[in-house]
Amino acid sequence: MSDEQNGSNWWIWKVFWILLGLTAFEVGLGMYKPEFLVETIFLGTKLLNHVFIVLTLIKAGYIVLVFMHLGFEKSSFKWTILLPAFVLVPYLLFIILSEGAHAYLML
Amino acid sequence: MADTLIQNDMKAPAWEGGDVPYKASYGKMMMWFFLITDTLTFSAFLAAYGFSRFKYEDIWPVPEDVFTHFPFLHGEHPLLFVALMTFILIMSSVTMVLAVNYGHKKEKNKVIMWLSLTIIGGFMFLASQAWEWGHFIHGDSGAIQLKNTEVVHVYNDSHRYSIYDIMGADSHDGQHHHFELNNFQEKFSLNSDLYIRLANRTFLNHEESIEYLNTNANQVLLGANLKDNEYGHVLFADYFFFITGFHGFHVFSGVVLLIILLINTIKGTYERRGHYEMVEKIGLYWHFVDLVWVFVFTFFYLV
Repeated sequence: MSDEQNGSNWWIWKVFWILLGLTAFEVGLGMYKPEFLVETIFLGTKLLNHVFIVLTLIKAGYIVLVFMHLGFEKSSFKWTILLPAFVLVPYLLFIILSEGAHAYLML
Repeated sequence: MADTLIQNDMKAPAWEGGDVPYKASYGKMMMWFFLITDTLTFSAFLAAYGFSRFKYEDIWPVPEDVFTHFPFLHGEHPLLFVALMTFILIMSSVTMVLAVNYGHKKEKNKVIMWLSLTIIGGFMFLASQAWEWGHFIHGDSGAIQLKNTEVVHVYNDSHRYSIYDIMGADSHDGQHHHFELNNFQEKFSLNSDLYIRLANRTFLNHEESIEYLNTNANQVLLGANLKDNEYGHVLFADYFFFITGFHGFHVFSGVVLLIILLINTIKGTYERRGHYEMVEKIGLYWHFVDLVWVFVFTFFYLV
């Protein structure tokens, strides 16, 4: 935060390299598909997909907290923004995806 | 600068907007509230995509069989083009943060420079998406649709084989092609190297394939639209057009907002106003577009 105020830009480029590195890593995994990650099934899907989702959430965290500056807002404001998504999105996914798996069995 | 804005408000009595519990200006807070609703909209789209994918688990197309091409490169390069699109969008997010940052310092010329680069990034992304859509609509190797609407593909030596090649046509001659099913079946039966892969990714041998097509085939599909999709289940194409289209529309609106912002910056509107908070607000929207793409990239192309 103080870096931002004294005018330095290095923190922007740091986040850029993190995002770029994570994306390159994802693309690499998607191209070479390590056997171990493809064949291990966890919670109904490949372990590889869990790795993708975790990496995506890390990228999203950097974009929202640093680029969109939410990490430096008042914490009451930060949680007003984040909590609806944290509660509603997993709820929606749980309901709809388990319904989809059920529909597959009924097909 | 956001602070000076708020300090002015703080002088007012409580019931005239004097209390600012969130320490954020009205405009910025409303942009965030809009972004929450948009987050939920995109979550619903991706959840709906997940529903259909789970429902048709065994016949859903594998994204890496669909998005395999890169402009001016031959052969198959799955993921490479979307990786480039992701890079473009991340890059334009960085230039946007830099514009916001120089806005805080009221350095007008640097704001103008970084905003212009962000706009260029936005146009590059839109152009890439137009290419991607064009390629998706035109189609790749063609496929056979069955009477039950499932889609099967022709294979040769465990690689997908183009129906254009079987019919002796050029898929890139700029003409609109249409192949009759019985002509196709005739040519297919003459080449004993060819066999088909069913929608559930199991293979038949050449004789079984001929027999299977005789009883089940409905028509030859070339390309994709909202009701026919050579890559597999038609819902895959529908979601593709809808989700990437809605995201692309966000990018387009973002570019329009950025252009207005750039014009106002050049005219000195924000300099006269004493702060560049508008750059910050539009910046939030632009980062959100990048954020959505991060998720679309994962759930449409990687998973």
